[in-house]
Amino acid sequence: MQKFTVLDGLVMPLDRANVDTDAIIPKQFLKSIKRSGFGPNAFDEWRYLDHGEPGMDNSKRILNPDFVMNQPRYHGAQILLARENFGCGSSREHAPWALEDYGFRVIIAPSFADIFFNNCFKNGLLPIRLAAEQVDALFKAVEAAPGYRLQVDLERQSITAPDGTAYKFEVEAFRKHCLLNGLDDIGLTLQHVGEIRAFEAKHRAAQPWLSA
Amino acid sequence: MSAQTLYDKLWNSHVVRQEADGTALIYIDRHLVHEVTSPQAFEGLKLAGRKLWRSASILAVADHNVPTAGRAAGIVDPIARLQVETLDSNCAEFGVNEFRMSDVRQGIVHVIGPEQGATLPGMTVVCGDSHTSTHGAFAALAFGIGTSEVEHVMATQCLLMKKSKAMQVVVEGALGKGVTAKDIALAVIGRIGTAGGTGYAIEFAGSTIRGLSMEGRMTLCNMAIEAGARAGMIAADDTTINYLKGRPFAPQGEVWNKAVAYWRTLHSDDGAQFDAAIKLDAAQIKPQVTWGTSPEMVVAVDGLVPDPAAMGDAVKREGAERALQYMGLKANTPITEIKIDKVFIGSCTNARIEDMRAAAAVAKGKHIAPNVKLAMVVPGSGLVKQQAEREGLDKIFIAAGFEWRDPGCSMCLAMNDDRLSPGERCASTSNRNFEGRQGPGGRTHLVSPEMAAAAAIAGHFVDVSKW
Ligand code: SF4
Repeated sequence: MQKFTVLDGLVMPLDRANVDTDAIIPKQFLKSIKRSGFGPNAFDEWRYLDHGEPGMDNSKRILNPDFVMNQPRYHGAQILLARENFGCGSSREHAPWALEDYGFRVIIAPSFADIFFNNCFKNGLLPIRLAAEQVDALFKAVEAAPGYRLQVDLERQSITAPDGTAYKFEVEAFRKHCLLNGLDDIGLTLQHVGEIRAFEAKHRAAQPWLSA
Repeated sequence: MSAQTLYDKLWNSHVVRQEADGTALIYIDRHLVHEVTSPQAFEGLKLAGRKLWRSASILAVADHNVPTAGRAAGIVDPIARLQVETLDSNCAEFGVNEFRMSDVRQGIVHVIGPEQGATLPGMTVVCGDSHTSTHGAFAALAFGIGTSEVEHVMATQCLLMKKSKAMQVVVEGALGKGVTAKDIALAVIGRIGTAGGTGYAIEFAGSTIRGLSMEGRMTLCNMAIEAGARAGMIAADDTTINYLKGRPFAPQGEVWNKAVAYWRTLHSDDGAQFDAAIKLDAAQIKPQVTWGTSPEMVVAVDGLVPDPAAMGDAVKREGAERALQYMGLKANTPITEIKIDKVFIGSCTNARIEDMRAAAAVAKGKHIAPNVKLAMVVPGSGLVKQQAEREGLDKIFIAAGFEWRDPGCSMCLAMNDDRLSPGERCASTSNRNFEGRQGPGGRTHLVSPEMAAAAAIAGHFVDVSKW
């Protein structure tokens, strides 16, 4: 997994609540058996005016000029600013894969759906919860100033705005450690093979019907 | 020990180890696998040269991409076909038990797990699918995971996670005529919102819940995720135990008795503390219909499409305006005046035998309205289909103008050919009414099977409690 330490990135605002994983990556793209290549279809139904299917040449499709992603001032954005309950709906990890493949590394919102939040950390994406008022203030600032950037420092758990305002954020110690070091969860868990075996033996002795 | 919630009991009995910050390694008993969220996990295992920790814990099935008509001809879409074939070959290579498309036991993963007795009380159950919450109906700790976690469980039989908070949703009293578990689910979501359960595991309790069949309990727990909760659960009781007896994966003989004795302890103790609690009076719940693009946008069938102008909160108001525009609806329209184009009875929420019976009872001897272009019934599994046919339900549906299909996810998410055209309006027994969920530009209204069948007959929504 890609490490995350400090990022200075352009911010793209997505001013909608309850953005679901179907909107982030529509289901027709879930037929892929790969992990990469979903970026050009991130927010497909909002981003293009025609209907997208896997295998299409996306460079030939008709862009929706009203969708924020297609506005030149937000090209190359690495920080997504969003509203409450971002990533609700299905458990599809294709959603963080699509956002990461597009180039996002950070998502800031007042709240996230649990499974999506969890999936982000497995893919080097940092989801950050800020208070609704802070998110509101950031929306105003981004819209007012083309080229608006934020600096996100995971070690210090701090976001710094161009005017020097600092926003502190929370992140679980274990997730922070994994993200800072780009650690693979499976490798970490397999360090505890002995404990898992011992638990399993005890568990199955107590509930023998689980062995079936 | 102090009084424990059901969630405490399930959690505590699966903790392998715990880090200082509370992150725990949780042991997983049952892993359900489908074609969409598993190929990258199998590939990850192969790339790292890892093996399955316990292949017997896995049950696999293709459901999202499978055709529901003309199945003998195979899957026409080459990309979908490759995904299903990839599941077949991965299961063969790793020695995983899979119900293939031609197997009568094939069906939607959340229908077949319980149907086979592969979901048992006291288990931890995971699947790369958010509606895994369904299995909590059996007093199991069941929740959806992403593909990285699918791979993690395959390789280690464990997951790294933190304990959620616990919420209790108590429903008391008798349900009115035509009011179902689906209506309870939608009413709860309408009350707490789609993010109301975020960070919580929800336990449903109270006399109404105890009175529900296992099918109804599964419908309710299935929709816990639509309230934001990864897990929903219900205490084990006679209904649970009677349902499981004799199922292929359920224990037998002496072991069965031992299992039952343990399962009877799977309930919240008197005086157990919850982090949040809400109460609903069953008598107040009417048949529900969603009007927008989020399951929380829901009203009773005798209500009106709400007016965004009357909403105080700006984000809510904008969301409602956008939803009404997408749905092609005007504020203050009576719900019963909304005409529909298509009807979908199916999905892991409502495609079990009771759902089939309930819809058939409404449709019996009647015919779908001329403005209804397509009404389809998609049973949740091959065994549900077989049972329904034994009872003659297929004949009732077909005589009433419904299509009777093969099992799968179908138009719940429209990954196969079953989908809405832009602008089409559908009465659907599924669980999500997001934009484009049932096809690009399609408009979904979530309802119970009875309500969907009645809408098909009338051509618009009708109050089944007065049907
Ligand atoms: S029926 Fe629908 S919600 Fe259920 S597993 Fe299939 S696609 Fe998901």
